[in-house]
Amino acid sequence: MKRIEVVQNILEANESIAAQNQRLLDKHRVFAINIMSAPGAGKTSLILQTIAKLKDRLRIGVIEGDVASTLDAEKVKDKAAAVIQITTRNMSESCSLIANMVDYALKSLPLEELDLLLIENVGNLICPSEFALGEHKRVVISSLPEGDDKPFKYPMIFADADAVIINKIDLLPHVDFDILAFRRAVKGLNPKAEFFEVSCKTGVGIEAWCSWLLNEVPTSAHKTINEGG
Amino acid sequence: MHELGITENIMDIALAKAKEAQASKISRINLVVGELSGFVSDCIEFYFEFLSKDTIAQGAKLYFEPVPLQLRCRSCSMVFHPQDTLWSCPECQSQSVEVVGGRELYIESLEVE
Repeated sequence: MKRIEVVQNILEANESIAAQNQRLLDKHRVFAINIMSAPGAGKTSLILQTIAKLKDRLRIGVIEGDVASTLDAEKVKDKAAAVIQITTRNMSESCSLIANMVDYALKSLPLEELDLLLIENVGNLICPSEFALGEHKRVVISSLPEGDDKPFKYPMIFADADAVIINKIDLLPHVDFDILAFRRAVKGLNPKAEFFEVSCKTGVGIEAWCSWLLNEVPTSAHKTINEGG
Repeated sequence: MHELGITENIMDIALAKAKEAQASKISRINLVVGELSGFVSDCIEFYFEFLSKDTIAQGAKLYFEPVPLQLRCRSCSMVFHPQDTLWSCPECQSQSVEVVGGRELYIESLEVE
């Protein structure tokens, strides 16, 4: 009997593919956002609102991750510059996108024609927090009907977020969601998180979210603006 | 939910390391799993039994060493294991905390023949 010291991160393979994805994105000057939330919080709606607002400033590609169906890709298809749907049902990880699924998608996307890539993760607040994809920023959406206690129940996804979007803000008169308590809970885990209160239905708050996003995308990625003069 | 992929990674790493050491059999894999890492060990064992068939890892025991969640208070620097769901600091009651332990997920060592 012999003992071999290993000390190797089990997610290392994913992390190295994620780093590779980021290098490919950087090479093509594409800025990538990983959008995560529970099912139904408004990931697709946020993507549609973001495209509507920024389509004259940035060329936007979308990766749609779902366990099954191409419903989301169909919704986005005519709006985005390019869309790829990944269905995870028959994969080892069906509950989250992982780096090699994004690697596959990047090979099918016209990266040289894109400035911004919005990656819609599988609706889930647990597993996506474990898998880096190669994104530059992580965004988590919480919607009012879900309740304000989610940062306590799913802390890691909030701890690693660059921006937290509170969606369906138009429902505030109808639900018991304490926005201050929610923000305090997220801040406790993650003092650097930016907050945006939006309604993808009415369009409230989308302006502020899009200006933040536009500001985060490095100017080198504004190929449309640069090249278009 | 994603334990199949995790178990495939465990197998890949263990087989590569055992090959490097010119081992003919893996008898035990020691894993370190943080409380927050979100993996179900029963599930990993189930997939492992299936994936290790006809490999030198067949029949290997998986040992999971749990690492408890550890938080550091951003106000008073106290390191603690939370006693409540709000993760408040037992010393100063602050709820501004940083996770310093409990996200681990790695293979610590192998025992081979």
